[in-house]
Amino acid sequence: MASVREVLSGDRLSLARLLSQIENDTIEGRAALSELFPHTGNAHLIGVTGAPGTGKSSLVNQLAHHFRHPPESIPPRRVAIVAVDPSSPFSGGAVLGDRVRMRDLAGDPGIFIRSMASRGSLGGLARTTSGVVQAFDAAGFEIILIETVGAGQAEVDIARLAHTTLVVEAPGLGDDIQAIKAGILEIADILVINKADRTGVENTERALRTMLDLAHPIQRVYRHHGSLEVVPSSIAESPQEESVWIPPIQKTIALDGTGVQELGDQIARHKAHLEKTGEWESRGRTRLQAELDNLLQNTLVNRWRDSLSPERYQEIFEQLIERNLSPRQAVDALLNGGPRR
Amino acid sequence: MSQTERKIRVLIAKPGLDGHDRGAKVVARALRDAGMEVIYTGLRQTPEMIAEAALQEDVDVVGLSVLSGAHMALAPRVIELLEANGQDHVKVFLGGIIPDEDVGKLKEIGVARIYGPGTLTDEIVGDIRKGVLEEVAR
Ligand SMILES: Nc1nc2c(ncn2[C@@H]2O[C@H](COP(=O)(O)OP(=O)(O)O)[C@@H](O)[C@H]2O)c(=O)[nH]1
Ligand SMILES: [Mg+2]
Repeated sequence: MASVREVLSGDRLSLARLLSQIENDTIEGRAALSELFPHTGNAHLIGVTGAPGTGKSSLVNQLAHHFRHPPESIPPRRVAIVAVDPSSPFSGGAVLGDRVRMRDLAGDPGIFIRSMASRGSLGGLARTTSGVVQAFDAAGFEIILIETVGAGQAEVDIARLAHTTLVVEAPGLGDDIQAIKAGILEIADILVINKADRTGVENTERALRTMLDLAHPIQRVYRHHGSLEVVPSSIAESPQEESVWIPPIQKTIALDGTGVQELGDQIARHKAHLEKTGEWESRGRTRLQAELDNLLQNTLVNRWRDSLSPERYQEIFEQLIERNLSPRQAVDALLNGGPRR
Repeated sequence: MSQTERKIRVLIAKPGLDGHDRGAKVVARALRDAGMEVIYTGLRQTPEMIAEAALQEDVDVVGLSVLSGAHMALAPRVIELLEANGQDHVKVFLGGIIPDEDVGKLKEIGVARIYGPGTLTDEIVGDIRKGVLEEVAR
């Protein structure tokens, strides 16, 4: 396929068009993804999730800038951004506004920003986001920042897709404990308190620390001036060097870049941790296994459905309604021609 | 078989230095309510930024809102850049207060439609649907 060669050679128009094919789940898009697959697996996928208005897009803007203009000896990395916003459940349309916060990135050929509508998917990503990410990976983008819808719930899909997930909080979004939704600790590799210029940062930080200490009650004992002191895990020095990763809390101001360098360092440290512990590989395996199983299920179901006579299905279904068959017996009957009563 | 249909993608941009985008936002919402995916880029976009975004987002249509009077400088430049990027199929429409003597020139250089103040959004929706469908049929 011509476009795949062009995408691999860095042609941006071909890439943009291919992303649309993938997003629309066309035959061409599927074929291209298969061809691109051997070239994937190199990028660091970084998820950015958190409630609307916490500053995800502004932070993505800053992080992209950070990766493009690294300090000292580190070479700049090519950065792709995938920003997902919700589709209207009524019209199916969407206003995708994340680029408004990313105008600093204009004119840099090492950056590619793509907006996506969720198109009815509820997990914070679109169904085809992982395909779009794979295309960027194959096209040689080394860092891929993925901004989720941020519907307020813990968005588990992003934690499955990304190597490193940032959960962004901000002070002043109502009651702090309320704003910090259950489940975020399971998905957060790094907790970011953005808008650190606002009043109430201390409350947000205290609430997060309390949650962290509850979730990671391992305490470490230190010898300090001759006496033993117990240090709660979340404030112990460099807990990242341990084999257990305890999500660090990083304060940022995305408006002026305060804390972004440190956040970049945390992201690098998380990547190093994943590589050292073998989790980089095992997360990749888990993700591919989930994708394989998912696809296998869908394909088998569709294939089997195509081979099933609608009359037979209806007949079994009626027996289920009559309560002659339980749902499990009905499945058995459909698959194996089991008990017909 | 595919669960995801093709959506019309529209970039709404506000080039130039004048600082209010109420009209652009009204149009963006109307297009969303008509089922389109609208990429909204905000104020003070240069033609270079607009063309770059149009390329990355693979849009079918670019809508420019120009109230500053600089339309004769901005619109031709956007069209030139779109063509240079290989996006000659992208339709460009323009909203703003455009004097009659400029309308003919703008259409000549490839602006598909021009909308003055008070245009009903339904008209814009209809034009985009027609323009994009014609393009796909070719
Ligand atoms: N005071 C302050 N405002 C911020 C900061 N970061 C972002 N904002 C503002 O918060 C609003 C929402 O930001 P945005 O990045 O769009 O948030 P998103 O919805 O999570 O993507 C915008 O008006 C930003 O300018 C910050 O660090 N401090
Ligand atoms: Mg955003």
